Amino acid sequence: MITVNNRDKIEWREGLTVQALLDKMNYDYALITVTVNDELIPEEEYESCVLKDNADVCVFHLAHGG
Amino acid sequence: MRQNSNIFERNVPGTTALLQKAVVGIAGCGGLGSNAAVALVRAGVGRLILADFDQVELSNLNRQYYFRDDAGRDKVDALAGHLRAINPDIKLDLHRRKLTPRDIPEIFAPAGLLIEAFDRAESKHWLIESWCRAFPRRHLICASGVSGKGATSAIKIRSSGYIHLVGDEQTDISMGLCSARVAIAANMQANIAIDILTTQKDG
Repeated sequence: MITVNNRDKIEWREGLTVQALLDKMNYDYALITVTVNDELIPEEEYESCVLKDNADVCVFHLAHGG
Repeated sequence: MRQNSNIFERNVPGTTALLQKAVVGIAGCGGLGSNAAVALVRAGVGRLILADFDQVELSNLNRQYYFRDDAGRDKVDALAGHLRAINPDIKLDLHRRKLTPRDIPEIFAPAGLLIEAFDRAESKHWLIESWCRAFPRRHLICASGVSGKGATSAIKIRSSGYIHLVGDEQTDISMGLCSARVAIAANMQANIAIDILTTQKDG
């Protein structure tokens, strides 16, 4: 089982990538930053980063303004 | 006449010496960065690295720590003046330029932690990636979702490893920006920084 943002539980399967997880979550924010087990995953690695079971994923939404 | 010994006498005991030797980077000196910088200097942080390419405009005065006389000046220079007016002994590294990902490792090398205070989400995104690549074990305190008015309790802090993010993660600049809400977020960023610098060995 994958935990997203300490809240959502997503069923784990062999070969599940960060990109596949994000697609499944249907995020509609233009920009996000993702960590897996507290390590940042750069955007170019979303397709290649394979999640292990019980991974703790954090998705931060980035909005304009400051 | 300098009476610096008095500035920090009401500080939380045990924090001043730790903050005086701290170096904090601030990427962007707008609503978040200028207000966070003021809080950090008042708290006793000894050295700040400030970077911004922009000049002060009157439309900044609704939320940024500038005054009418600053209009037209480079933000880093105007802010440096205000920070030195609080503490003349503050050490400041001033970078008047538009930052790119390749600047981050060099400009912020001395910084123990970084406050992300950019305006645009795309910039926040590359800054997070370049900081984590360059300094994976140094804290990064970001803000996202500080626009609009009210909704005070929607402003949250979420952390993952060395990344901390303040804001509601939703409200966008298209809603407009309000002094109090931006400054709350900026001061929350500063508050996290102060806490890290005064409690953690690796801050």
